[in-house]
Amino acid sequence: MTNLIFLIPIALFLGGLGLAAFLWSMKSGQYDDLDGAAWRILDDGDDKPDED
Amino acid sequence: MSCCAAGTESAADLERLQSDGPSAEEMWVSSRPLGNGLRQVDLIVPGVHCGACIALIERELPKTPGIDHARVNLSTRRVSVVFSTQDGGGHAEQVLGSLGERLKSLGYPAHLPGGADEAGDPAFRELLKALAVAGFASMNVMLLSVSVWSGAEAATRDLFHWISALIAAPALAYSGRIFFRSAWGALKHGRANMDVPITLGVLLAYAISLHETITHGAHAYFDASVTLLFFLLAGRTLDHMMRERARSAVRNLVRLSPRGAMVIREDGSRDYLALDEIEPGMRLAIAPGDRIPVDGRVVSGRSDMDFAVVNGESAPQRVEPGALAPAGTLNLTGALELEATRNAKTSFLAEMVSMMEAAESGRAGYRRLADRASSIYAPFVHLLALGTFIGWMMVSGDWRMAMMTAVAVLIITCPCALGLAVPVVQVVAAGRLFEHGIMVKDGSAMERLAETDRVVFDKTGTLTRGKPQLVNSATINPDHLALASRIAASSRHPLSQALAAYDRPERDLGEFAITETPGEGVAATTPGGDVYRLGRANFALDGAGQDSRADDTSSQVILSRNGQFLEVFLFSDQLRSGAASAIARLSALGIGSEILSGDREAPVRVLADDLGMRDFTAGVRPRGKVDRVKALASDGGKPLMVGDGLNDAPALSAAHVSMAPASAADVGRTAADFVFLHDSLEAVPLAIEVSRKAGQLIRQNFGLAVLYNMVAVPVAILGYATPLIAALAMSSSSVIVVLNSLRLRRKAQVEAFAQTNSGQEPAAARLTGPAGMQASS
Repeated sequence: MTNLIFLIPIALFLGGLGLAAFLWSMKSGQYDDLDGAAWRILDDGDDKPDED
Repeated sequence: MSCCAAGTESAADLERLQSDGPSAEEMWVSSRPLGNGLRQVDLIVPGVHCGACIALIERELPKTPGIDHARVNLSTRRVSVVFSTQDGGGHAEQVLGSLGERLKSLGYPAHLPGGADEAGDPAFRELLKALAVAGFASMNVMLLSVSVWSGAEAATRDLFHWISALIAAPALAYSGRIFFRSAWGALKHGRANMDVPITLGVLLAYAISLHETITHGAHAYFDASVTLLFFLLAGRTLDHMMRERARSAVRNLVRLSPRGAMVIREDGSRDYLALDEIEPGMRLAIAPGDRIPVDGRVVSGRSDMDFAVVNGESAPQRVEPGALAPAGTLNLTGALELEATRNAKTSFLAEMVSMMEAAESGRAGYRRLADRASSIYAPFVHLLALGTFIGWMMVSGDWRMAMMTAVAVLIITCPCALGLAVPVVQVVAAGRLFEHGIMVKDGSAMERLAETDRVVFDKTGTLTRGKPQLVNSATINPDHLALASRIAASSRHPLSQALAAYDRPERDLGEFAITETPGEGVAATTPGGDVYRLGRANFALDGAGQDSRADDTSSQVILSRNGQFLEVFLFSDQLRSGAASAIARLSALGIGSEILSGDREAPVRVLADDLGMRDFTAGVRPRGKVDRVKALASDGGKPLMVGDGLNDAPALSAAHVSMAPASAADVGRTAADFVFLHDSLEAVPLAIEVSRKAGQLIRQNFGLAVLYNMVAVPVAILGYATPLIAALAMSSSSVIVVLNSLRLRRKAQVEAFAQTNSGQEPAAARLTGPAGMQASS
């Protein structure tokens, strides 16, 4: 019973952290361009030959 | 341009529709200040489809002086450009002008987004947040419930129930309000929708569980009430996503009405004014290639104008001083000065929109399948729960036990599977259609399309390409063709553009001095003094009136050297690819088709014969099309209208369901339920087949839900449903429904059918020649 007093708040806190992170990421526009993000991660911007 | 990846076909289709980019003035009007002397303008760039495009645009644009930075959004195919206005307005205009040029030279022609509905999508964000909160709550409550079910001691159980109650309360209030609002709205109007049993079930389950917890009872339904919300919100979110995707794709196509116009003041000075500020009596300067902003009368200048938005025909008409030019028509060849006769709110375009709204009332009578199902389902469920309560009260007299059982019935019957049954199928079906370049406005459109029993086609631009094509290229001297196509490349006239598709830029033909006479033709003078003229017979030839072999169904252009006849080029409108097979396919599906055209009778009859269609009506005005569609509907039919022009728009709204090609006027695209991006008309039978399949699956899902209820409800009524059984039954029925819906993803025969179109693409590719060349030159 006593360990529940620690474990449940910790579980809820971690879950809440996840929720807060999701809400924050949505608010800061990270879900606005999912297709673009998938491409951007591949672009280092330093090792490409000039295109024109 | 290094553009890559599969799935770019539809982007290429969008690109083909590209007209010239927006002017610097238009961009200025639509830009918004950010402070610090910076302004931002959002542009739609249909051509971006991969990482290389993003990197290129974001690296190259800031090199233009005055542009601070650019950011590409690949999902919405937009780029926001931030530019500085430090040196005053004139400088900014220059910056915007070079921005348009730069984008074009990079190979990404841009245009401005239409309408004012650009500020994100608040409803979708609300749904996502509600879903996240419900997800969090159901996860944690379920964890606690599992411990209770695995046999916690009484004290621990009570503690867990209390914690669950504390988590569930805010989650229900936050995530549930979407349902509560809608249920309250329905009740206020004396109706019952799907949200009423949901609201009732969730709230009652929470209340009774709270009572149980306070009185140290063994059973609590906190987990059921939050999980229910989570599943239902997932269905809602999917439904919303599907509609939004199609809508934003349609929004991104080129708009018809310009943002404003160049106004000539009394003293001769010129000002660019936004559309709303233009008043009757003002004088407007219309350059070749511009759309007419408001209805007006031509004061000076002559030109060819494309009146397709009015009569649906692609052949341009000549305009001279005194002629009327309705808003939305396109000035092709010469500069015009116009006197505005109406303002934007009373112009031709606005008139058509109001006519469409009037026509739409007929369709409002359609009720969605889910709503019809719930109008039977909801009262039935309520009566069942009430009956259970009364029954147990009479048998046992224990109100608490009776209440618990009644709530269990409500939870078990809560339309979880029903709430998912429709949206999941429709999302999968819409995804399928999207792969084949067909966009769906909303789910109800698919239900209506499945019912259709007759297809009404418009002619020009729908059954035909709406663009003239050279028909006698085989018999023409190649040198003459090369010469004519090079000369034609400098003109915007549709016949010239068709001819210019044959131009080979690498071929050296020497230099020309080219002058265009609006309404007549193009003259090219070589350094050697020869004058080539390309155009009408009486323009090109010195002895006018000779050689008039114009026949009814084709138009002609003549090439001459120093007034002597060289060659005649004959043009005719071509059938859209897949038209014949689409008609055949439709009759195989048991659907009749007919033509309604604003064109003259002879060409319509020829076309109908070619396609083997017996029913056609020629010379129909927009009002006549509406009347015909309404007549079909009042005979109990469910007509599908397929049309592209603005003149079809009212009929598109009046029909039971409607489709438009992406090349349609934007009012037409807005009115239509389906928009197809690819060239082929096969999209029509394909969409009908997928919709019918989807309708069948939805009915299967309803059947599964009913079956599940037939097993689960008696158990609940008899009082054997514990929270554990309720949770299991609920989740398993949802999973079964989703799995059944996913079967639509693998339908081999639909796939095979769609692939038969790919053979006809080269012809379409050639048509894009002129536009593509302009973009890269």
